[in-house]
Amino acid sequence: MTLSLAARGAILSLLILALFLAAWQIAVSGGGSAPAMDPEYAKLMGQSAVTGHSAMPGPADIARGLWQALRDPFYDHGTNDKGIGIQLAWSVARVAAGWLLAVIVAVPLGFVIGMSPLLGRAFDPFIQLLKPISPLAWMPLALFTIRDSGISAIFVIFICSLWPMLINTAFGVSSVRTEWLNVARTLEVRPIRRALTIILPAAAPTILTGMRISVGIAWLVIVAAEMLVGGTGIGYFVWNEWNNLSITNVIVAILIIGLVGMALDQALARAQAAVTFPQ
Amino acid sequence: MSPNPFDPAARLTGCSCGAHASQAAHDAGHDARLRRAVETTLLRAIFPNDTNRRAFLRAVGTTTATAAIATIFPIAAATEALADAGPPEKKSLKVGFIPINCATPIIMAAPMGFYAKQGLEVEVVKTAGWAVVRDKTLNGEYDAAHMLSPMPIAISLGLGAPAQPYRVAAIENINGQAITMALKHRDRRDPRQWKGMTFGIPFDYSIHNYLLRYYLAEHGIDPDSDVQLRLIAPADMVANLRAGNIDGFLGPEPFNQRAVYDGVGFLHVLSKELWDGHPCCAFAASQKFITDAPNSFAALMRAIIDATAYAHDPAHRSEIAAAIAPANYLNQPQIVIEQVLTGTFADGLGNIRKMPDRIDFDPFPWQSFAVWMLTQMKRWGQLKGDVDYAAVAREVFLATDARKLMQQAGLSAPATDTKSFAVMGRNFDPSAPEQYLSGFAIRRT
Repeated sequence: MTLSLAARGAILSLLILALFLAAWQIAVSGGGSAPAMDPEYAKLMGQSAVTGHSAMPGPADIARGLWQALRDPFYDHGTNDKGIGIQLAWSVARVAAGWLLAVIVAVPLGFVIGMSPLLGRAFDPFIQLLKPISPLAWMPLALFTIRDSGISAIFVIFICSLWPMLINTAFGVSSVRTEWLNVARTLEVRPIRRALTIILPAAAPTILTGMRISVGIAWLVIVAAEMLVGGTGIGYFVWNEWNNLSITNVIVAILIIGLVGMALDQALARAQAAVTFPQ
Repeated sequence: MSPNPFDPAARLTGCSCGAHASQAAHDAGHDARLRRAVETTLLRAIFPNDTNRRAFLRAVGTTTATAAIATIFPIAAATEALADAGPPEKKSLKVGFIPINCATPIIMAAPMGFYAKQGLEVEVVKTAGWAVVRDKTLNGEYDAAHMLSPMPIAISLGLGAPAQPYRVAAIENINGQAITMALKHRDRRDPRQWKGMTFGIPFDYSIHNYLLRYYLAEHGIDPDSDVQLRLIAPADMVANLRAGNIDGFLGPEPFNQRAVYDGVGFLHVLSKELWDGHPCCAFAASQKFITDAPNSFAALMRAIIDATAYAHDPAHRSEIAAAIAPANYLNQPQIVIEQVLTGTFADGLGNIRKMPDRIDFDPFPWQSFAVWMLTQMKRWGQLKGDVDYAAVAREVFLATDARKLMQQAGLSAPATDTKSFAVMGRNFDPSAPEQYLSGFAIRRT
């Protein structure tokens, strides 16, 4: 009996996971020996210093931490202590705002650049110069000029989402097959109609690829941006737990960040599949 | 301030600060303190000489004395007048803080009801770093903030940020920092053996930077060429010490104690042992806020002064540790905070030390502190050219306001704005800063 490729892949994935967890557990459970300590003194010291165990948590600690975080994700114990669900909602909202702004700017601009070789050449040096700048390098400038840390974070998302979308849109638009454009010209299709009925469907998969790359980058950047400005969001959560040197909660947050990033990516992959058609 | 009965975290038994059996007892306790403050001021005014006061009270008896004074002076009315002196222009305020022990008065005033007592709704917002605190106060997101005490001087002078008039309304804490070294250096306690090492400091414009440089230079180590000083956020200091990226740091509590708690470092020397009574962090606000909302500012100051006086009492330290350790504030194990605040602590080398004034709280912004910081800014090249030490100190450190509010609160405030002190045995005279500066062998001027 042979299983399908997908099933075999899944089994292998599980096996790799099990091996990884086992190796992790063994690595952290190596009991160290601590120097003998006065019990009064030991009371003032942390667990890892007293027992000599590794300060690195094991898989079981992480599972417990994950359960703790997910059991009550929307609690609110004051300005600086909110549940992970609320923090995620803030981060997703910031990414959505910055990314949608970027869509509004990048898609029309990319269209213009893609349709006009002259403008394409004119804009190219600027795009090439601005594209490789780390979005976080904009942060001090944004804080100084915008004077609001929340909007600065959204601006940073906007600026990092802009370039992949702009470049992909321009590329998609400029590489529409010339036969189709020539047919349209023969039929005397007006420019607006040509853009919407011929170029847009033809370039849509490339544009969506740009959007998908952007949202991935935006999700990477929001964590770092929130660690800088603090206040709310999953990045603030990571920073706050790091401040407490709580590796367990940092790992929990890392897992959750990964899951949300995957969900965002998959959503855009679906959208991309929906607009792709066989030629 | 009554707790919200629909808040799952609120306790309906007990009071908002946790020290009293009920909210009524808490309120009564505060009112009694306020009344006592008024009575103290009054009696001091009538009897400048304490011996006369005691003689008078012994002669006529306390009850008669109270009744006699009450006929000519309305104590109850004065207490009320102090309790609400002008309604605040702005009631809900945002105050930024860095999660370290220096912020104790600012933080504890929220859960323990000191802001609420002044009719303020203050949101204390945890902030990721000094530069962010600076930027968020400069752009008006925070009304007031916890800053390192040299920062308002630097901001007012336009060092490292566009110049904007900034004020130190009160010093939050004195002492309470330490040099923590990695455990592997436990046998190298003499700083002369530290050439080539790397140390962490929290910020350029910090008492930590100046104290570490001072300490190294006094031992013949040039802090610019013999060692490397690296700007590191406090939490990262412990992690970097564990990883071996730095050999030690002069940082704020609770991270020195946290390094001990995690078994990665030991307390080499407490900052108290270098300069007893040194200022560390400040409660700072922009001149704009003080001008626009003077009553809000005064109410904030009263809350901070009140909280600082409460924190000064060693008997309250454990209770405060319990109030500020949770995730909403410092987010640290309570035992670590308690060791810092009570001064009974593990030193990382196997000894329990007892030093009740390891950290202390005294709000008075001595202008001589500012002058000393200016000498160090010049010494290490942060500040170039001539500077009018006394003028800058007078402008930035609001000693007069603090004195007035402290006296209103019944606290004893110093009569002068400057004092001399000694840093590592070297006397500092605030009236001769240039002379002090030229006395250093290692300096950049």
